[in-house]
Amino acid sequence: MKDRSPIFLIAPALAWLTAFMVIPCLLILALAFFRRGLYGGIEYTFTLENLALVFDPLYAGIFLKSAMIAGLSALIAVVIGYAAAFAIAAAPTRRQPTLLFFAVLPFWSNYLVRTYAWIVLLNREGLLTGVARWLGYDGEMPKLLYTESAVVIGLVYNYLPFVILACYAPLSRLNPEIGEASRDLGASGWRTFRRVTVPLTFPGIATGFVFVFVLSIGNFVTPALLGGGQFQMIGNLVYAQFLTANDWPFGSALSMILIAIMMGLLTLQTFATERASGARRGED
Amino acid sequence: MGTKPLTTAGLSAIAFVTSIGAAHADGLVVSNWDGYMAGDAIDSFTAETGNEAELVLHATNEEIMGKLIASKGKGYDVVFVSSPFAEVLHNLGLAETLDHSKLPNIENLYAAAGELAHDPGNTFSIPYAWGTTGLCYRSDLLEEDPDSWADLLEPSEDVSGKTTMLATDRWLLGAGFLAKGYSVNETDPDKVAEVRDLLIDTKGTLLAYDDTTFYSKLVSGEAELVHAWDGWCNYGIAENGDIKYVIPEEGSDLWVDTMVILKNSENKDAAYDFVNFILDAKNHGWAAENILYKVPNEPAMEGLSAEMLETFPNMAMTADELLQYEQLRDVGEAQRLYARTVSEIKAAQ
Repeated sequence: MKDRSPIFLIAPALAWLTAFMVIPCLLILALAFFRRGLYGGIEYTFTLENLALVFDPLYAGIFLKSAMIAGLSALIAVVIGYAAAFAIAAAPTRRQPTLLFFAVLPFWSNYLVRTYAWIVLLNREGLLTGVARWLGYDGEMPKLLYTESAVVIGLVYNYLPFVILACYAPLSRLNPEIGEASRDLGASGWRTFRRVTVPLTFPGIATGFVFVFVLSIGNFVTPALLGGGQFQMIGNLVYAQFLTANDWPFGSALSMILIAIMMGLLTLQTFATERASGARRGED
Repeated sequence: MGTKPLTTAGLSAIAFVTSIGAAHADGLVVSNWDGYMAGDAIDSFTAETGNEAELVLHATNEEIMGKLIASKGKGYDVVFVSSPFAEVLHNLGLAETLDHSKLPNIENLYAAAGELAHDPGNTFSIPYAWGTTGLCYRSDLLEEDPDSWADLLEPSEDVSGKTTMLATDRWLLGAGFLAKGYSVNETDPDKVAEVRDLLIDTKGTLLAYDDTTFYSKLVSGEAELVHAWDGWCNYGIAENGDIKYVIPEEGSDLWVDTMVILKNSENKDAAYDFVNFILDAKNHGWAAENILYKVPNEPAMEGLSAEMLETFPNMAMTADELLQYEQLRDVGEAQRLYARTVSEIKAAQ
């Protein structure tokens, strides 16, 4: 009895996920195997064309490009975010909540607004240019906005708080005596960090990285606004299939592959986290 | 036109998500772009004719087409769509064959409005607004006034990096077709490939592709020459008198947004009343006066002030001048070639 009674408490969550996550995903999966009608609609004849088309060099290239941008953004976010989390965790305990509060403060404003702010900052007649002019520079400014770098900046900025939170949790729980023991045994600070701190907080790093990667690879707002529409990420391609090309089956096929990649990564991350915590338990 | 004022890519995505629930009401259901008719149009219509009516919004033609095809047009009575999409509704048998005797105000339309290539005689669609696509530019920043599509597609060194192009496939490719002297509805794969190569070269000279904020880029000076719809260039002109609009010597497309009554409408009489209500010079003129789009309504256009025509010279274009340009038509299967070609252009380095 004691073990079974709380099971029913999971029912609302399960029902919610089934209705709004599992069923829509199955619908998308099914759509991917039909043909697009001449004028948009769906022709219910079975085909593998849509899935094959995803692996066409043009679209596979867009996938690869998206993965590279997402990977770069995740890497930068992890480096910056881990350092910030490390600093927060090292601060006096009573100050930590305040510092964390400031780290997540940007989340209180709308994603579009935060992204638009970068346009105001980076555009050719923007704030940065204004400051440069005020400082006496009157040459041509380099093109900052509508570039891949601008997209990476936007993604890192928007998702950084996730990494800080994900890395802060294991860092704050880290027993300081372990580090002290390492140093007592003659390891340098850098070596302690590399061989003790990082492995013990790896689950946080993996979570942060996967979060940023998964959120970035499917993003379509940031490439559209900060990339000036000059290159497509997979999210933009899916958006275009549904909203302009009216090719829902191909859009579904693209989404399926994207969801598969995301699920694969999240599974890997779960395994990595499990292994890391399992290893720790084994050492105890 | 592809998109309408006050919408951005992101906002339209949100609108799409929140408007998925199909329209359903006892009264008349009209679907239109946000801000494309007077805010009180529905209330005035109800007051004048006694018909209950509801306005629902769509962000893009494709969005409303998706719903209409899925529901076979049920749940909607009057929809505002661009002419190639009206053609599709007609081809799918979803558009009502219009009985002009129920539209007495149709006599307000210019004769030319009955000669549109997509629907001569207005048998299934009534034009609501029309215009051209050309070049919008800062006359104070450019050394020479542009007069050719080549000025945009192969810009001189001092303009390079300060131009934008429309991203929607029909207009992006359209600029290339016009520059090469082809039809804006060209579907020959070799010619499309030729235009693709031209546009890939152009891509390196662009500041951005932009469908929604190009005129503000002109106002801020970020861009100096942009690919624009005439109505939207007017929004720039309204903020900065040095902004000008020109149709390149190679020509333009003629875009037409239309009203279509659905064959499956259960409120057909009210639907006719609504279209007739919009065709009233005062109601139709609202679009010209407030959103600076040309309307094919003769008394409405004659009612515009001389001052307005002087400020916005493209508003003074006559119906016959407009009709010399080729209309965008439904291209059927070639739409896939267009979508792929645009992906190739955007994916090119």
